[in-house]
Amino acid sequence: MARKTIRSIPQQRADMPVQEPEIRARNFDEVALGFDLENALLECERCLMCPQPACIEGCPVKIDIPGFISKMLEKDFRGAYEHMTDATQLPAVCGRVCPQEDQCEGVCAVGAGTGLEPVAIGRLERFLGDMAIKEGWQKSAQIEPNRFRVAIVGSGPAGMACAADLAKAGCAVTIYEAFHVPGGVLRYGIPEFRLPKSVVDAEIANLKALGVDIQCNTLVGRLFTIDQMLDDMGYDAVFIGVGAGTPHFMDIPGENLNGVLSANELLTRCNLMHAGDFPKFDTPLGLGKRVAVIGSGNTAMDAMRVSLRLGAEQVHCIYRRSEIECPARKEELHHAQEEGIEFHWLTNPVEILGDANNNVRGIRCVQMELGEPDNSGRRRPVAVEGSEFDFEADTVVYAIGTSPNPILGQTSSIGLNKWGYIDTDDDLSTSLAGVYAGGDIVTGAATVIKAMGAGRKAADSIRRYLGLRDTNVIYEPETSDFENSLFGIDLAEHCFTRIRQI
Amino acid sequence: MSDRGVASGRGEDLSVANRQNGSGKGVTASFPILTRTDFSKSTFLIEIEHPVMAKAAKPGQFVIVMLHDLGERIPLTIADFDREKGTITLVVQAVGKSTREMQLLCRPGREIYAMLGPLGIPSDISSKTKKVICVGGGLGIAPIYPQARAFKEAGAHVIGVLGFRSSNLMFWEEKFRAICDDFIICTDDGSAGIHGLVTQGIEAAIRENPDVDEVVAIGPPVMMRACTETTRPYGIKTMVSLNPIMVDGTGMCGGCRVKVGDAIKFACVDGPDFDGHQVDFDDLFTRLQRYRPEEAAAMKRYSDSCRRLALAPDAAPIEGGK
Repeated sequence: MARKTIRSIPQQRADMPVQEPEIRARNFDEVALGFDLENALLECERCLMCPQPACIEGCPVKIDIPGFISKMLEKDFRGAYEHMTDATQLPAVCGRVCPQEDQCEGVCAVGAGTGLEPVAIGRLERFLGDMAIKEGWQKSAQIEPNRFRVAIVGSGPAGMACAADLAKAGCAVTIYEAFHVPGGVLRYGIPEFRLPKSVVDAEIANLKALGVDIQCNTLVGRLFTIDQMLDDMGYDAVFIGVGAGTPHFMDIPGENLNGVLSANELLTRCNLMHAGDFPKFDTPLGLGKRVAVIGSGNTAMDAMRVSLRLGAEQVHCIYRRSEIECPARKEELHHAQEEGIEFHWLTNPVEILGDANNNVRGIRCVQMELGEPDNSGRRRPVAVEGSEFDFEADTVVYAIGTSPNPILGQTSSIGLNKWGYIDTDDDLSTSLAGVYAGGDIVTGAATVIKAMGAGRKAADSIRRYLGLRDTNVIYEPETSDFENSLFGIDLAEHCFTRIRQI
Repeated sequence: MSDRGVASGRGEDLSVANRQNGSGKGVTASFPILTRTDFSKSTFLIEIEHPVMAKAAKPGQFVIVMLHDLGERIPLTIADFDREKGTITLVVQAVGKSTREMQLLCRPGREIYAMLGPLGIPSDISSKTKKVICVGGGLGIAPIYPQARAFKEAGAHVIGVLGFRSSNLMFWEEKFRAICDDFIICTDDGSAGIHGLVTQGIEAAIRENPDVDEVVAIGPPVMMRACTETTRPYGIKTMVSLNPIMVDGTGMCGGCRVKVGDAIKFACVDGPDFDGHQVDFDDLFTRLQRYRPEEAAAMKRYSDSCRRLALAPDAAPIEGGK
């Protein structure tokens, strides 16, 4: 095959249908509908198969991207899926919610200075993930149990990835989740129109098929402590992936008024408790007609787009910096703008105004201008003197970030850093022997794929800590039979062997 | 079929699924109700099997309960726990849709769909407290019991002050008498004990015992505020157990934020116990009104469907739907 060049590949990205903005802004169906087979193959053609692919390095879990794309081009979709899922646990999720423009797609050679769009790696990943769910594919790994028991705290992306790797390594894995259903942020945070809950259900079913036991309604720290897990309950290792989760407020006057809530509360009520279907479901939401969301990260985008779908007539975004500094994914910002959300850049609230019944009636804001760059390199917004104005709103949603949940710090001797996040070394080991941590509770709010990457890294460390062999090596069955040995490995070693099914 | 029938049926299916997935070693897979006692037309007690929680629970903590998979998550104080029997006790007052539904559905042999706990920071039962007044009113009578017991076990002189509307609504009198050194009952209609509110009981107790170090009050917010105003002139430390609206109960939404002193606190992880003299009760009252219209609508809808069921006995799925 002749070597592909920038000129020889399809210049345009393959078409992926998207629901029209006017229609989708009023329903919870998925916005992006995904590639069909023909378009997926067309997009695969755009990959240059670089000999030293930058995209793999750009992926936090190092998926062999040209590897799975070349299998897709051979129409070996099952093989492509198997190849991809050696590195990732949740392709149908990550293909949808990863900020690919900052990761794999951001460094793709096709998009580098050519004026072309990079290969749509995320969409291809999603295509394979969806196909696997539809066809019911499961990894054909056979698991050889070992004698170790590992507990995972939190069933979000970090916990799920760590659990899957350790289950494949033969450990008996139990996940403890505080909510009544597993999934973490995939369940309560990311709305249905970005990530259908059927996809989350399918990924959790995959985890259960690996033998992972999921215990809901368990708040570690209160029902039992980390210390008890290691002592009384006899776990050999523990992974903490509880996320950050405690929302920030600004501590300005009027925050206690009715109609002021955190984006976490809004999204939990809507996504987890189905408040949008009140009174069929019992949880109320009480959303007003004119909603103002403070902040412009991905959580803010989700909160705004959910509000719109729940019947708010106007949704406004209030952000103290300008559009250039907006931390949300470009695609999300674009979708939100298309759906009719109004953005007020360089605007900062100073007070929330209430009526006689202590309900929100508006926000007092000031105009901002950008001053000198701060430590993070972003220009610091400064209030313009005398620029105060009142902004009408009946619901105010805070989406200005989160801080670490205090419960594990309150109830164990685990070392925390000065911001209250769990302190770990490079192996993600905490100050307690055998206890590892990863994801938002270590790094602060980040992305799904980074949490997954941390979960996998911790699983690696836990395997080393338990003295397990590298489970990423697939041992071919041996032809002759050795006494007291399995594939040449001494059985006396508490080792793991994964056998390729023939 | 009514929503309720569907709901309870699905709840049971899911509990079974949970048990199976729990592969037998589950600590938290199911929440069967063992006993139930009705104290009055609207107040009832349920005892739920949960050995791990019974072991972990301490006075002052609470649980979040979800009756079925269409339900909402509601906070309920742990009224008692029995470590040997492996049970925890909840006392529920049927005031709205979810609690009314619990009154109907929570019977021995049935299960609750979800129960998370114990939540919150346990009450500070300090051995420095030599003499304490434990005040319970309305809903707070049951949860003040484990606190009073813990103070007694820590060696304190315990004075119980309980408020009921009327003598026929009284319960747990013997239980309290067994652990209290002094015991004062107040009734709104004067049918037993002091004719009046618990604040009069507190005044009486302080007159008798000027050396009281601490007052602990649990009950409706109005009552707790009245208690803090009663003790304020005496400068006696007064702890209250706040009951704001909650969703997750684990500190991740801030729905339960309360103003204590100058700070915003989350009652689910920083409380629920706070120094009553620091609490901004007006703020709490305002925020408790948040969902009044929705609560009323849900209640009306539920009452209507109950009446329909009562008219068509064949359709009633409650007792037979095992």
